[in-house]
Amino acid sequence: MRIIASGVFCIVSFILQSTLFSQFNIGGIVPNLLLIVTATIGFIIGRKYGMVTGFVAGLLTDIFFGSVIGFYALMYMYIGYLNGTFKKILYPGDFKLPLLLIVGSDVIYSHAVYFFMFFIQGQFHYAFYLKKVILPEVVYTTVIACILYPIMKFFFNKIDKWEQKVTGESV
Amino acid sequence: MSPLVKRKKERYSLPTKYILLILTLICVILMILSFTTNILSAPLNFIGGYSIVPFQKGLTSASSYFVNRTANLKKMEELTEENEKLRAQVDELLSDNTNLQQDKYELAQLRELFDLNSEYEEYDKVGAHIIASDPGNWYSSFVIDKGAKDGIQVDCNVIAGSGLVGRVTSVGPNYSKVISIISDNVNTSAMMLASEDNLIVTGNLETMKNGVIEYSQLADSDEKVGVGDKVVTSNISDKYLPGILIGYIDTINTDSNNLTKSGTLIPVVDFKHLEEVLVIKQVKLSPYSE
Repeated sequence: MRIIASGVFCIVSFILQSTLFSQFNIGGIVPNLLLIVTATIGFIIGRKYGMVTGFVAGLLTDIFFGSVIGFYALMYMYIGYLNGTFKKILYPGDFKLPLLLIVGSDVIYSHAVYFFMFFIQGQFHYAFYLKKVILPEVVYTTVIACILYPIMKFFFNKIDKWEQKVTGESV
Repeated sequence: MSPLVKRKKERYSLPTKYILLILTLICVILMILSFTTNILSAPLNFIGGYSIVPFQKGLTSASSYFVNRTANLKKMEELTEENEKLRAQVDELLSDNTNLQQDKYELAQLRELFDLNSEYEEYDKVGAHIIASDPGNWYSSFVIDKGAKDGIQVDCNVIAGSGLVGRVTSVGPNYSKVISIISDNVNTSAMMLASEDNLIVTGNLETMKNGVIEYSQLADSDEKVGVGDKVVTSNISDKYLPGILIGYIDTINTDSNNLTKSGTLIPVVDFKHLEEVLVIKQVKLSPYSE
């Protein structure tokens, strides 16, 4: 059940990100829904789920928009995995740490993309990319995360309860 | 409660660290494969084409409907105001029109002289809608709703209105990926229409915020090139068909070697508001293309 829910979140967010949000962009900047979904699944369910979700999300990005297949898959996968390691620290009801994790993930992700795709190819205007791409993306992503995170948490809580009920009855 | 029964109940699962390692290896292999060969693109594009693209098509048309609707409501009031102003303008323009009519004949004559003969019309084109754009904020590539079934191949040139947009980088059965000329690190071999001097047009995210892209290595020894001159795709380009308009020269700077010039040019295509594009089915054949 969790697998299906994770898959649905992943694909729906990819489709929304590349269509709806691309059209309603603010100043040409699109929020990183895939990153929110990957990170959230990571620290709500665990490392393994976060990792696989990240892999799938990255692979989708690679197939449609990447120049090298596997690059985004690798990055999203590690983001999912690293967020998963915070599952133990997180207690239910806490809102600040998840948000902080998502923001941190986005900052790291943006810098990794900048480094591997631009810095290596000789685009050294770091200040420009920070101001025009990285910071707006982080802010926009944070705002969307405030909405998306509670929704995802609600769904996964429901699934947990439902599964407990099912397994409880069968045993 | 024998241990055998217990073992059956517990599902065996790989430790997460090993899965991470395996997936990392898969990623690295995929990267190497996609760098060196072209095996991966066909099956992956096939899967993507039938699973994701139909949704993207639907959502894009639905959301563009809403974008248009909200814009319409907002503009209602503005329009009535504007209408009055426009009526006044109509009178003005009518008189201008007669002047322009005369200029038009002159233009037709000049065109014949230049032998511009609008070459694009000879190419076989297919129209396509943009159904998805890059989810990241770094590149300007997008997906269109026509693919191999409609006769599109890799390296097909994409134009919109009268200018060059970019080229097709990969093709699925019913969609294709397009990278635009304004993307960072995309180089286009171009030439000046008037003097046939060659130059290199380089996409740049940074300058595109001001509506311009860069060019360099313009060998203009006779100082013939001026601001506003037309830049078209070069006939020595191995990807682009010759004579497609790219843009107009905006600024000219002499390089420190005193031989070449560089500067910025304004693309003719409005990249911010692209919705429909035309794909030229003909692909330029060159010794470098496979």
